Amino acid sequence: MTAATDTTHTNDHHDDEHHEHHIPPGIKRWLYTTNHKDIGTLYLWFAFIMFLTGGAMAMVIRAELFQPGLQIIEPNFFNQMTTVHGLIMVFGAVMPAFTGLANWLIPMMIGAPDMALPRMNNWSFWILPFAFLILLSSLFMEGGGPAFGWTFYAPLSTTYSSDGTALFVFAVHIMGASSIMGAINVIVTIFNMRAPGMTWMKMPLFVWTWLITAFLLIAVMPVLAGAVTMVLTDKFFGTSFFDAAGGGDPVMFQHIFWFFGHPEVYIMILPAFGIISAIVPTFARKRLFGYASMVYATASIALLSFIVWAHHMFTTGMPVAAELFFMFATMLISVPTGVKIFNWVATMWRGSMTFEVPMLFAIAFIVLFTIGGLSGLMLAIVPVDFQYHDTYFVVAHFHYVLVTGAIFSIMAAVYYWLPKWTGKMFHIGLAKWHFWCSLVSVNVLFFPMHFVGLAGMPRRIPDYALQFADFNKWISIGGFAFGLSQFIFLALLIKACKKQGEPVSSQVWEGAEGLEWEIPSPAPYHSFETPPVIK
Amino acid sequence: MKRILFKAGTMLTALMTAPVFAETSDHIEQYQLNMTKGVTDISAGVYDMHMLMFIICVVIGAGVFIAMFISMYFHRKSRGAKPANFHESVKVEIAWTVIPFVILVFMAVPAMNLLIDMEDASEPDVSILVTGSQWKWHYKYMDNDVEYYSKMATQAEQISGKLPKGENYLLEVDRPLIIPTGQKVRFLITSDDVIHSWWVPDFGFKQDANPGFINDAWTKVNEPGIYRGQCAELCGKDHGFMPIVVIAKEPAEYDKWIAEQQAIQQKAKAEEQRLLAMNMTMDEAMDLGGKVYNANCAACHMPNGEGLPGVFPSLKGSQIATTDQPKHIDILVNGVTGTAMQAYAKQLTMSEIAAVVTYERNAWGNDTGDLVQAKDINSAMNGQ
Repeated sequence: MTAATDTTHTNDHHDDEHHEHHIPPGIKRWLYTTNHKDIGTLYLWFAFIMFLTGGAMAMVIRAELFQPGLQIIEPNFFNQMTTVHGLIMVFGAVMPAFTGLANWLIPMMIGAPDMALPRMNNWSFWILPFAFLILLSSLFMEGGGPAFGWTFYAPLSTTYSSDGTALFVFAVHIMGASSIMGAINVIVTIFNMRAPGMTWMKMPLFVWTWLITAFLLIAVMPVLAGAVTMVLTDKFFGTSFFDAAGGGDPVMFQHIFWFFGHPEVYIMILPAFGIISAIVPTFARKRLFGYASMVYATASIALLSFIVWAHHMFTTGMPVAAELFFMFATMLISVPTGVKIFNWVATMWRGSMTFEVPMLFAIAFIVLFTIGGLSGLMLAIVPVDFQYHDTYFVVAHFHYVLVTGAIFSIMAAVYYWLPKWTGKMFHIGLAKWHFWCSLVSVNVLFFPMHFVGLAGMPRRIPDYALQFADFNKWISIGGFAFGLSQFIFLALLIKACKKQGEPVSSQVWEGAEGLEWEIPSPAPYHSFETPPVIK
Repeated sequence: MKRILFKAGTMLTALMTAPVFAETSDHIEQYQLNMTKGVTDISAGVYDMHMLMFIICVVIGAGVFIAMFISMYFHRKSRGAKPANFHESVKVEIAWTVIPFVILVFMAVPAMNLLIDMEDASEPDVSILVTGSQWKWHYKYMDNDVEYYSKMATQAEQISGKLPKGENYLLEVDRPLIIPTGQKVRFLITSDDVIHSWWVPDFGFKQDANPGFINDAWTKVNEPGIYRGQCAELCGKDHGFMPIVVIAKEPAEYDKWIAEQQAIQQKAKAEEQRLLAMNMTMDEAMDLGGKVYNANCAACHMPNGEGLPGVFPSLKGSQIATTDQPKHIDILVNGVTGTAMQAYAKQLTMSEIAAVVTYERNAWGNDTGDLVQAKDINSAMNGQ
């Protein structure tokens, strides 16, 4: 890390002190804030709390599955746990964490003073806690919370669900509204507030991937809203969208859901690609290989994501022609995804590498996401998917891409930009413990799931046949260890928020490049009030 | 990072060299690592396709990781590596777009051929209608007058840990499906309530059971044996307790079995008509009713009759189970549309329905003293 060279931004410091006087004290600061950095912090802490909440549910699941038989919870509650775990991790942890990073970083990366729509920014965050309060409260009501899987297939979620389904529907509506507002804000900010000279092809990849993600969000969140509304009217108001007896079709639900659901998968991974594309060049001390092809690959993944949805539905009895079409389209996605991975490796090639904590997470991401991506390619092959579908092989696949993919990238991002946010280097010892404990335990947790899945263990079952017992014990032990490892992260974050640690320079990392590294550390409350000049 | 590569490497090697077991699934393997080869030509084809995909993926993954680790080892700052300056190359980028595409074509062609074979359910020798319902399977032989329900046979005490778990824990049923070997058996798969999925790994396919629609699938089993599977689509509370057992028999044995079943079922129907004229005593009805209740009703309404609040209604002290007897019988016979309550007319005999109604009206303090007879059910079914 080089010494700070603070030349052009003494003005920012001055403004900063001037504005601090207007920050309301205590809780009001956070309730009323329209500052992108405050809102980013709120999103990130909210996501972390939800990550621990959803994680606690995963611990309940793994405790029940530790050995065969029903020991701790009833099957109906088990189903509520798997359902709410999924919903919380997708909508409560991964998506808000990425939105938090977007809030913190996009204005600083494009040289803008704030997000374009600050009041909407405040609102889009503050409706989220209510959405999750509604969702979680349903667990304590008569009949319990949603017990039909996060995919809420009809008619299990309509005719055969508890009345708490209404709460689930409203919670999803609010989450969707929040995501759409967040996405609009990102798009408007990027289109209008780039500093002079920040042309499209000069934008950092994190900005590019988030821009494309925001378009995906606006395209598909309304589809999800439509799906939950149809579930609501089917259940409570006598419609028959998904009931064959009234002329509907339960498989149509799955088409609608996955038309949302597959782009949703990329919503949860494209920003991760942006993060890794920022971190790898920094610690390889070499420019990102193939910047333009990274942009085009991201865009083509986003476009393809709209024509592959039915690969989640190969066993529903589609015509052969449809199965073939969705198989080919899905296989095609591996081409741009492969380009990204090859580009990262080429960036490392003949670089001058060091392995600070963000880089450790980024390298783990590339390896483990590749494993998840390759098992995804296997799942695309229809005739073998008939065997894999709805088994633990699928569970292993999507946890490799979401936990060691999306969540590892979020952790990498937090470690990478945290010194910029707080002005202090985080506790490196704790961070390394967090990394190595997480890395080992997450693989003990998810790798054996491939084996039990191939051996024939279905997903979403509270009890299993005896031949799966040994692996499940290991999976549970890995799960508990991974859960505990996150408390190291919590301790580190609390230390960081208390501003403990060595002060850092404005550049923080030796090889870091980009506008966010040109403003002082910690980043002042208001930055880039005068747009920077981009060479 | 080296540690993780080593670990992944050993596990992958273990996976590839894992002993492949071709026996029937009755021989349970504790550390099965890989997909079964199964017992049909199709399932063997699926296995081969799986291994082809697996090996290609391992080779690609290994290539990427080796390149990464070489540069992580040799191109590190602590070894004095100076960063190179290159950051794009059109030739290289075209190469790693086109080469993966070509590899994909090599995967797609055999996959397509296999899929087309799998989806051809035409000209079957035997057709069986498979109907899922919460949480059991119903099998109806379309060419013979034979149909029956197949339910999990594992005792509740084994699940709760009061009894030791048997060898086929959760994978055993009261009445397995019987099919002939060497013949093309077509399954017509549907559901009475939510979506289920019929899956026997040894046959190499799973097929969703959608309410209101019929899917088809087929198999041709080469070896006689017992093959076990499970429902594969989340179908509610007891999704994990909905096993499938298929016994494949030599065609001669199968023909003998189906003829026997046909005779038994015809006799049972005649017997049911005869029983209409007979009356059960209260003790007989309570005894039979308790058994029928525990086998069919207790999964939702619970053995103590209290149900699950907000999901499955309580029968204990309920208005219908203590006063409105015609309504009570109607619910048992016709079910309640728009809820999980199934119609039991086709699942139970009339004397069983009569007994279970009697049981529900007299158990758990519902002491109505009502005694319902098979002929009451018969008249309710005939709309009288």
